[in-house]
Order: sequence, then C-alpha cells, then structure tokens
Amino acid sequence: MLEIRNLHAGVNGREILKGVNLSVNAGELHSIMGPNGSGKSTLAQVLAGRDTYEVTEGQVIYQGRDLLEMAPDERAREGVFMAFQYPVEIPGVNTAYFLRAALNAKRKHHGLDELDAVDFLAFVKEKIKLVGMDERLLQRAINEGFSGGEKKRGEVFQMAVLEPALAIMDETDSGLDIDALKIVANGINHMRNAQSAIIIVTHYQRLLNYVVPDYVHVLIDGRIVRSGGKELAIELEEKGYVGIEGTGAATQPVTAGRGVS
Amino acid sequence: MTDHRQHANVYKADFAKLGESTVTPQLLTIRRQALDRFLALGFPTTRNEEWRFTNVAPIARTPFRLAGGDGARIDDRVLNGETLDPGWPRLAFTNAHATPACSSARVRQDSLVIESLAGRLAGEPRGLPPDLTKHASFDQEAFTALNTAFLDDGAYVVIPRNLVFEDPIHLIFVSAAGGNGDATVSHPRSLIVIEPGSQATIIESYVGLADGVYLTNAVTEIIVGHDATIDHYKIVREEPRSYHIGATQIHLSRNSTVSSHTISIGGALVRNNITAVLDGEGAQCTLNGLYVTCGREHVDNHLRVEHAKPHCDSREFFKGILDDNSRGVFTGRIIVHPDAQKTDAKQTNMNLLLAEGARVDTKPQLEIFANDVKCTHGATIGQLDADAIFYLRSRGLAQETARAVLIHAFAGESVEKIRPQPLRRQLQQILLKRLPHGELLQEAV
Repeated sequence: MLEIRNLHAGVNGREILKGVNLSVNAGELHSIMGPNGSGKSTLAQVLAGRDTYEVTEGQVIYQGRDLLEMAPDERAREGVFMAFQYPVEIPGVNTAYFLRAALNAKRKHHGLDELDAVDFLAFVKEKIKLVGMDERLLQRAINEGFSGGEKKRGEVFQMAVLEPALAIMDETDSGLDIDALKIVANGINHMRNAQSAIIIVTHYQRLLNYVVPDYVHVLIDGRIVRSGGKELAIELEEKGYVGIEGTGAATQPVTAGRGVS
Repeated sequence: MTDHRQHANVYKADFAKLGESTVTPQLLTIRRQALDRFLALGFPTTRNEEWRFTNVAPIARTPFRLAGGDGARIDDRVLNGETLDPGWPRLAFTNAHATPACSSARVRQDSLVIESLAGRLAGEPRGLPPDLTKHASFDQEAFTALNTAFLDDGAYVVIPRNLVFEDPIHLIFVSAAGGNGDATVSHPRSLIVIEPGSQATIIESYVGLADGVYLTNAVTEIIVGHDATIDHYKIVREEPRSYHIGATQIHLSRNSTVSSHTISIGGALVRNNITAVLDGEGAQCTLNGLYVTCGREHVDNHLRVEHAKPHCDSREFFKGILDDNSRGVFTGRIIVHPDAQKTDAKQTNMNLLLAEGARVDTKPQLEIFANDVKCTHGATIGQLDADAIFYLRSRGLAQETARAVLIHAFAGESVEKIRPQPLRRQLQQILLKRLPHGELLQEAV
C-alpha cells in the first residue's frame, strides 16, 4: 500500500528527515515512535502533502502511484487521511456541510453517487457515536471552541466518516485524558480491517496499551533506527529513547513489514 | 478652479428646472439654502480629512444631468428579481421618482404611512413632515447639500406609536443612466419615522437597471422614538461604472434599539456615510456591514456614532472581502459626549484580501470626553489562512473549493445577521455568483 524509500525532507533548507524507509501493507497497523524533534510530525505532514516541507530526495509510492506528485486533496480522495496533531479551527464552516463536501468529493472521484443531506446525516450520526461525541457538534463550526480532547476525537470521527485506505494519526493521543484515550483507541480499533492501513505517530507508548500495533518503528534524528513488533514499544517504555539509541542497533535504515526485502 | 465649479452651471440649470408649483415655500427655501451650501462647499477633495482615502474627482468632473423618472422604466424582469416577498409592502423608485406601477398600494391608514415622499408633499396636510431635513445636516456635507437641493421624492414611512409592523417594508431604488448615454444623477430622499414603542423592518435596495454612468446620491433619515425598534438594511448593488454616495442618518431616543446593516456589492465607487446619534439613555445601536469588491471598485464606509447621553451601547461590525485591484476604506468615528457616562462602544472591522493588488485603509477614531466609558476597537487585514486551506484540502476538497468555502464562511458571519429570510437568501445567491468559485459551493451544498 505504502512504500517510503530513502525519504529526505526539510523546511527552509534544514533537513529533518534523513533517509526514511518504510513499507506498510493493507491490514497493518504501524506505530512510529520517537522523541520530540525526531521528525515524526514532519513525516506525517509530508505524507499528507503539506507544502511547507520540501522533499529533497527519495520516493513515496502509494497504491502503485507516486504520492509526492499528488496534490493534498487528491491524496485525500485517493484514500489518504491524516489526523492532525493540532486540528485547525475554521469559524463559519459548518462541520456537517464540510464533511459531506469532503465525502462527496471522494465518492465522486471514485465514480459513486453523491450522498444527499438526509442520507449523509443518517450515515454520519452512526459514526459520531463511535467517538462518543454529541451529534449537535455536526451543526457547529469545524473544531471551533472544541477542547483539545474534543478536537482529537473529532479527527477520529472524521476518519470514521471518510473511511481512508491509509490513515496517519499524528500524536492523536497527546492531550487526552484516560477516558478520551480509550474512546479514541476504541475508534481506531473499530476501523482496523484487512483493506486499510493505519500509521500511528506518537511520543508515548500509552495509546499502544489499547491499540496493539503490528509493527513499531523508532524514529530518531530523521531516520528509523529500529523496527520490531509490539514488544519494542514496551522496551521503549522501560529504557527510553536514549536506551534504544545506546544499543546502536541500527545505524543503517531498517525496513520492516511484509513484502520488503 | 475646482472641477465642481466647472459643472456648477449644470447643477444650477437643472435646479432652475425643478418644478416649484407643488412645493411649499418652506421647502423652496431649504432647497435654495442647500444649493448655495453645495456651491460654496464644492465636492470634497482628498485634502479633506473625511475624504482622505476616497477621491471623488471622477464624480466632480462628470457633468451629471438630473435623471428623469420616465426615461428608464423598471421592467418586470428587474422587479421580479428584486421582489423578496410579494406580500411585503413595497415602494419602487426609478431614478428617485416613485414608480407606482411597481409598488404595492400606498398605505395611509390611521397614522400608518407607507408612500412616496412626493405624494406626501403634494397631498394633505400641506407642509413638510416635521422631521424632514432636521437630522441630516448639509452644513459640511456637500453630497447631502446636493441631495437636499434636489429634494423631491423617495420613501416616506411612519410607523405610529405602539405598533409592531411585522412585514418588512421594501424600498427599491432603481437607477439608470440617460438613454442617450448621458451621465445622470438622482437624489433619492427618504424619511422613516418609527414612533415610540413601535417596531419595524425596513429594507432599502439600491440597484442599477443597466450599465451606464450614473450617480445615486441618496439620503435616508431614520428617526427612532423612545422604546422603539428598527431593523434596517441597506443593500447597494449598483452597476460597474456607476457611483453611489449615500447617507444613512439615524437618530435614537431613549431605550430605542437599532440594528442597521449596510451591504455593498457593486458600483465603481460607493461611499456610505452612516451616522447614528444616541440621544436618549438606554439606546442601543448596532451597525453591521459587509463589502465585497473586485476589479477596480472602491467602497468606503464612513461611520460616525455619537454617544450624546449616558448608558448607551453601540456595536459596529464591518467585514470586507477585496479582490483584484479593489480598495476598501473603513472609518469608525466614535464620539462620547462629556455627560455620556457608562457608554459601552465596540468597533470591529475585519478585512480579507484575496489578491496582491487589493488594499484596505481602516481607521478608528475615538473621541472620548467622558471618563466612565468602555470603548474598544479592533481591525484586521489578512489573507486566507493557509493552515485552514490545507486542513480542508487534506479532507479531499479541491484547492479552489477550499478557498471558496473559507471566503463564504468569512462573509457568512455578516450574512447570518440578516433576519428576513428572503433577503438573506437573495444575498447568499448573489454572493455565490459574485465571490470567487461560488459555483463550486452550489455543487457541494
């Protein structure tokens, strides 16, 4: 589904990603962990198409196509979704209107009929239950006046509505209390299926207590220095990132996941 | 020699042709005084602080002839397009002359009056309505002086004491240049009196009939009695080569509530002089506005809110969306008189620039002579938020759709304040056509 090869990217001439290699297949859930400033969010933003980051080297192949050649909205219509670390408040834009426009843009792209307001509302009300949010939120402006936790749950809700093939969740667990964390985890687990893949970018291991990853990667200073199974997250929890670095286990980029040799 | 003097003879000649037979000596005197004042003042220049950012030289150097009412007729197409609700009382004017065929029947029952000013002046009782010309001073305002010199027709509305008049009253002012291509001017003059304890909604629509060079020089006086409420809308949608100078003069008495909305979406040069005098304790005045410009259009909203008595609140909320090489001006002057303690005044002006060439000058002017007051003002000039665009695109909305969504959301805050549904819907449709990529939104809605 997604193959990242020797990805270098930065901002204002400063290199942040220094050769990332990663392969993700349908049905997998990957967790990318790393300390602050390691390039986790940069990776997520580059995959979503944020143009403030400049890709200087490498390739990203998504479903057989060059992802980096695609505009952010085209990526979205092709099934890429990023849950923002800092979801943007957009006053004056009704959430239901926005989500219907987004969903219909995607459906149209795939040759499906657009949903009318009635069908959409029925569909979306089911989805909002998944994250335990009040359906009146649909009539509010996007993220406006939401608490930090509500914004994060809102991202998971949008993800549930848009049913992405590839979801990248950028620090979705940060700023959540334990109840909200469980709700978010439940939402993510609900969306796991054989056709789609999820990448969870996080600093902490705690979300992984509720969402069990197939693969864990450690990103330090713009490179994936170690990859492993879910036990790697536990090791990180015990030793910290310094401990991982100290092992010197991977000075060379490591690839993980099926289908990569 | 200033431009206006070059064309003073044009105005004098048309003044001399004004019909005097049906006019009272009192009005004749006022007209003459006003003409003299206009000739003495001349058109303002940018050296005049009140006109610093708005150059009316194109108006001064055009020999505008007084427009006739019969030359251009409102056809059904225009009228149908402008009719917001067939059930509402409606007065239509062509070049400031009443057009009865397009108006609903004149209303004169008990003390309720909805008719043309010319009809009132020609009928009984003789004499001027007591408030006419009382509030819109022409001493320092050349355009108001010119309007008053040619005072002839417009709307005359009186809502008598303790009457809640539910239906909005719609005043439609259609302007058109002369048939032979002459530049023409019309001077709609309206008087709206909301007597104590009553309530009404008034909509003024200023529209162009066909492309051409014309000047609409309008003055509307609104007198709001104590404990009365008015919801007022002025919509300016003139033609691309035309000019609109309009004065809205509002006088508020004790415990009265005014909300006045000024929406400008068309005209080469539009200047709205909006003045509110809070002249009784407990008066509340809200002035909202929206201006949408493109090409080389110029819109100037010039607000003056005068707190003359204590315990009054005023709110100003104006938003602008400027594209291409257009220009916006906002001046918000708030004057708090020495005994107007406990004044609460707030002013906000927000501007969205859609192109490099667009420009806005925004200027708050607070003159506070009382010590126990709350006055705040804020102005913003910005572009579309790149983070918001990216957020929308990351969900699948195309770039142009994302931009259109954000632009309409910006305008939406002003449009949502419009209470009469048919008017709000009309403006939403106009904005969809007028703002960039509105057609993408209709698709998405």
